[in-house]
Amino acid sequence: MEQITNQLQEQFQQRVDEEQKIEPRDWMPEKYRQTLIRQISQHAHSEIIGMLPEGNWITRAPSLRRKAILLAKVQDEAGHGLYLYSAAETLGISRDEMYEQLHSGKAKYSSIFNYPTLSWADMGAIGWLVDGAAILNQIPLCRTSFGPYARAMVRVCKEESFHQRQGFECLLQLSKGSEVQRQMCQDAINRWWWPSLMMFGPKDDESPNSKLSMQWKIKRFTNDELRQKFVDMIAEQIKLLGMVLPDPDLKWNEQTKHYDYGEINWDEFKQVIQGNGPCNKERLEARKKAWADGAWVRDAATAHAAKQANKKANANSLTKETQQP
Amino acid sequence: MRLIIQKYLYGDYGDGHAGGLEQANNQDQQKEWPLWEVFIRSKQGLDHKHAGSLHAADATMALENARDVYTRRNEGMSIWVVESKHIHASDPDATAEFFEPANDKIYRHPSFYDLPDSLKHM
Repeated sequence: MEQITNQLQEQFQQRVDEEQKIEPRDWMPEKYRQTLIRQISQHAHSEIIGMLPEGNWITRAPSLRRKAILLAKVQDEAGHGLYLYSAAETLGISRDEMYEQLHSGKAKYSSIFNYPTLSWADMGAIGWLVDGAAILNQIPLCRTSFGPYARAMVRVCKEESFHQRQGFECLLQLSKGSEVQRQMCQDAINRWWWPSLMMFGPKDDESPNSKLSMQWKIKRFTNDELRQKFVDMIAEQIKLLGMVLPDPDLKWNEQTKHYDYGEINWDEFKQVIQGNGPCNKERLEARKKAWADGAWVRDAATAHAAKQANKKANANSLTKETQQP
Repeated sequence: MRLIIQKYLYGDYGDGHAGGLEQANNQDQQKEWPLWEVFIRSKQGLDHKHAGSLHAADATMALENARDVYTRRNEGMSIWVVESKHIHASDPDATAEFFEPANDKIYRHPSFYDLPDSLKHM
């Protein structure tokens, strides 16, 4: 038995090494399946919870144009959550099980969404920094070894680029505005910068799952590699806004050809992940309330579908009867 | 060692364990809406292509949800939905045997035939 499993495992690794995609009904190591279920469902939960901080500003967007954009972005996020839940379901976990894990606190979601959105400028900063960081994580996932996940990510990435662009445009406008607007812009950047860096996860030497995920080509780059890419990208882009990043240690390193940056507050990261961030409780409560308040709609739709199906069945049998000679 | 997945997605069940029946029997107990596969024709003249899946109470809702989830940017002009339990799939563990008959028939390909270069329009 063990020998067979070893052989299957070898074949599996060989397929992965040859860049063949793994599809849901193919044999896969149990740990591969579990790792993917955890990662994809966390990703899906992040999209769903990620709607909440932005939903906060839909009714207070400064113009109809901004409101329409924000609505479209939030709707995209709902869609991204659905693509991802579907991909996870191919691994043998049900949608309801995943919801249950989210609502009970067993499953995690990206810690970034546990920070509050205090001003309109936060909508810009989230689009530019948070979605910018997400995109860097997501682009390599389009080539991840599990087929349904890779296909979902292709869709997500196509749609995500407008999220980042609208965010930068929003901040660009504020940066050209009044003194108060400029301050609002800088303040939002100050508050979102460090949490965005934390989105890439723990440092490589403290990331226990990374090695196996790289071997299975679920991940293509390490946390620190992606984080560095992000810093290099943003440190240049911010010049166009005429703003500064809140890091006195940030400076170009001629030798490495990268930006050096200061130490991340990992204590804060751990606290937020463990549920002690500024909005953890509020986010989960809002999500649970939405699910509970929607129960009657789900039940009604089921009842309606059953009723229609019955009607149709009755009509069919009636027609058959009247057709009897 | 074969892992049987009790899930009906992407044609994820062979004829072997009658996926459709199993799910129909479970339907009373589970409150989850059934799963549907979505196929989209991106423009006139092209095939419908599998886009993904979703949950819906009935076909009408499945079509409307498919529109909202999969065609927010004009990706389609026609949608098919089919309940996942109705999809039957070939067995991935038997791929080699199943498709074997095609392997040794290279004479089905035009390049098999060695003809003089002077032959035109062929």
